Amino acid sequence: MLNFLLAFIPRAVVQGIPLLYGCTGEIITEKSGNLNLGIPGVMYVGAISGVIGAFFYERSFADTAAMNPALAILIPLLCCLLGSLLMGLLYSFLTVTLRANQNVVGLAMTTFGVGFGNFFGGSLIKLVDSDVPSIALTATSAFFSKKLPFAGSLGAIGDLFLSYGFMAYLSVAIALIASYVLNHTRTGLHLRAVGEDPYTADAVGISVSRYKYAATCIGCMIAGLGGLYYVMDYATGVWSNNAFGDRGWLAIALVIFTVWRPKLSIFASFLFGGLYILYLYIPTGMDHMELQELYKMIPYVVTLLVLVVTSIRSKKEDQPPASLGKAYFREER
Amino acid sequence: MNKRTREPLFHIVKRDTHSLKRIIGVRALAILLALVLCGIVTMVTTGLDPISVFESIFTGAFGSKRKIWITLQNTAILLLISVALTPAFRMRFWNVGGEGQILMGGLAAAACMICLADKLPNGLVMICMVAGSLAAGALWGFIPAFFKSKWNTNETLSTLMMNYIATQLVAFFTIVWEVPKGSGKIGIINQDSNIGWLPELFGSKYVLAILVALLVTAFMYVYLNYFKQGYEISVVGESDKTARYVGIKVEKVIVRTMLLSGALCGLVGLLLVGSINHTVTTTIAGGQGFTGVLVAWMCKFDPLTMVFASLLIIFMNRGAGEISTNFGLNHSYADIITGIILFFLIGCEFFINYRIQFRKKAAEEGK
Repeated sequence: MLNFLLAFIPRAVVQGIPLLYGCTGEIITEKSGNLNLGIPGVMYVGAISGVIGAFFYERSFADTAAMNPALAILIPLLCCLLGSLLMGLLYSFLTVTLRANQNVVGLAMTTFGVGFGNFFGGSLIKLVDSDVPSIALTATSAFFSKKLPFAGSLGAIGDLFLSYGFMAYLSVAIALIASYVLNHTRTGLHLRAVGEDPYTADAVGISVSRYKYAATCIGCMIAGLGGLYYVMDYATGVWSNNAFGDRGWLAIALVIFTVWRPKLSIFASFLFGGLYILYLYIPTGMDHMELQELYKMIPYVVTLLVLVVTSIRSKKEDQPPASLGKAYFREER
Repeated sequence: MNKRTREPLFHIVKRDTHSLKRIIGVRALAILLALVLCGIVTMVTTGLDPISVFESIFTGAFGSKRKIWITLQNTAILLLISVALTPAFRMRFWNVGGEGQILMGGLAAAACMICLADKLPNGLVMICMVAGSLAAGALWGFIPAFFKSKWNTNETLSTLMMNYIATQLVAFFTIVWEVPKGSGKIGIINQDSNIGWLPELFGSKYVLAILVALLVTAFMYVYLNYFKQGYEISVVGESDKTARYVGIKVEKVIVRTMLLSGALCGLVGLLLVGSINHTVTTTIAGGQGFTGVLVAWMCKFDPLTMVFASLLIIFMNRGAGEISTNFGLNHSYADIITGIILFFLIGCEFFINYRIQFRKKAAEEGK
């Protein structure tokens, strides 16, 4: 049993990290009153932007051993942030400045973003007339998934806590920072005020649009990192279309599960990461492989049950930001 | 008065009248701009000159008789999905579960085709298929509606989760019914006996879907605008407090409307399986459950406008498909094009609903 857990937990954590990025990003966004259903698309765009950056950097070297480790990490990272930032700006422009419906913009962004990722993932090689058979950025990925040097020598503790690439720790750090900023700083207070009641916030001189823009863009950039982690670390730099799947939607559902608390989202993400791969560990026997498909349902059924249970309990402190999903128009009361 | 107040350069005013001419003008301009941007994007990715870009798009959609039929059939399916989602959205119930409801309808139809083929005559199989698909879609719509009406569970996320549960159910049955074993596919069902294949009308296999779509659109238009139930939906959508005040049972309306919405999505599944593909896969709905949401929203839930919107989207979609095939590019190209058009159409709503008033003009009007 212990051995099983030791093997299972690191895999669950690795699965949970993209969810954690997405979830933290969405919590920050939702705190400003913007319900961004475009997160799945943003994560695809973040991932593919990083891949494009890394692809060109890796291509400029005949021998990948000559790559500069700092640049190999920084280039994809910045490309990813830039790509997700643009998506965030698009969302904010449409919903805040042009006051379009948030759900509609979000769904359109998901269609666009997933299409964008798959298009460039599937056509990048063709577009730049490269002769490689597929996008496999193993050299860049090696920098991303580099473990701490002494992780292997510490046995179980090393496996559980130290066996991940740097972006795993970054995700936890971002979640903790987000939690601190939201709850213990003036900026966080203002942001929450904007999400709860933008009219009141506006009346005391907080710039509602600026906060909404900033929170959405930062949220998108964080979520985009989740996509980058997935492709660079988890998938070892190999892009395959639709491989990222529906993790973006799960990240949005996790926001409700964690009742808008970034600290809680750390554990919730790892839990859902575990549920996501649980089907691999439930024995089915060789002649009943179809049952595996049923077990893959588990994370969604659990999410649905959690949704229902939280709505039944409906505690006052577990409610979404009061203006969530509504456009703010000063002249309209 | 010596005291001067600084006035912002412009401010935004809500329009109180919407002239039809203006709405059409703004939308046409938005579509035009979207097409220009699509053309530029295509030029950059493929190196075509702008005229041949639009030529390829046009040939992709209307290049041959068969292509025209397929374009019309796809339009009919997207239209049907949008119309099916419309009653839910009029009620402000975010049914993003169209995908799952379609899959369940398709799965039920496939189940009847596979399990009843050698037990019942063809006619009865078809009746079972119709009943099964409608019921399965309705069930998938009922579950989130029940939670919503009982405990106010967030329907956007619950319908979304129902999509994935449906996808996994289809994946499960795909392996149970796979032909041949181990292929991971069901393949064409009843290829020899054609049992459960919905009839071809007027000698063409495309007509049935188009006809059903037109009938359902007409029905929905009448239902929403001239029936008491349609009126109740609108009242609940505008304000459920008002609805309660005038004695409408909001919970009942939510459940009833979602049963209808789900059943119509199930009907789409039936058409996809019984008339078009004759097989079921997890991707049979192909994301159109989401596109349908956007079409329904952009058309302000008016079934008649949806005819044009779905035609536009399918037209560009087929055109983008043609371009990506010709240039060996990935087929997701169509999604990018669809996305661009959607962004423009969503953004242009602002210019229909609001007016920008500049400082100078405001001062003049004040005189």
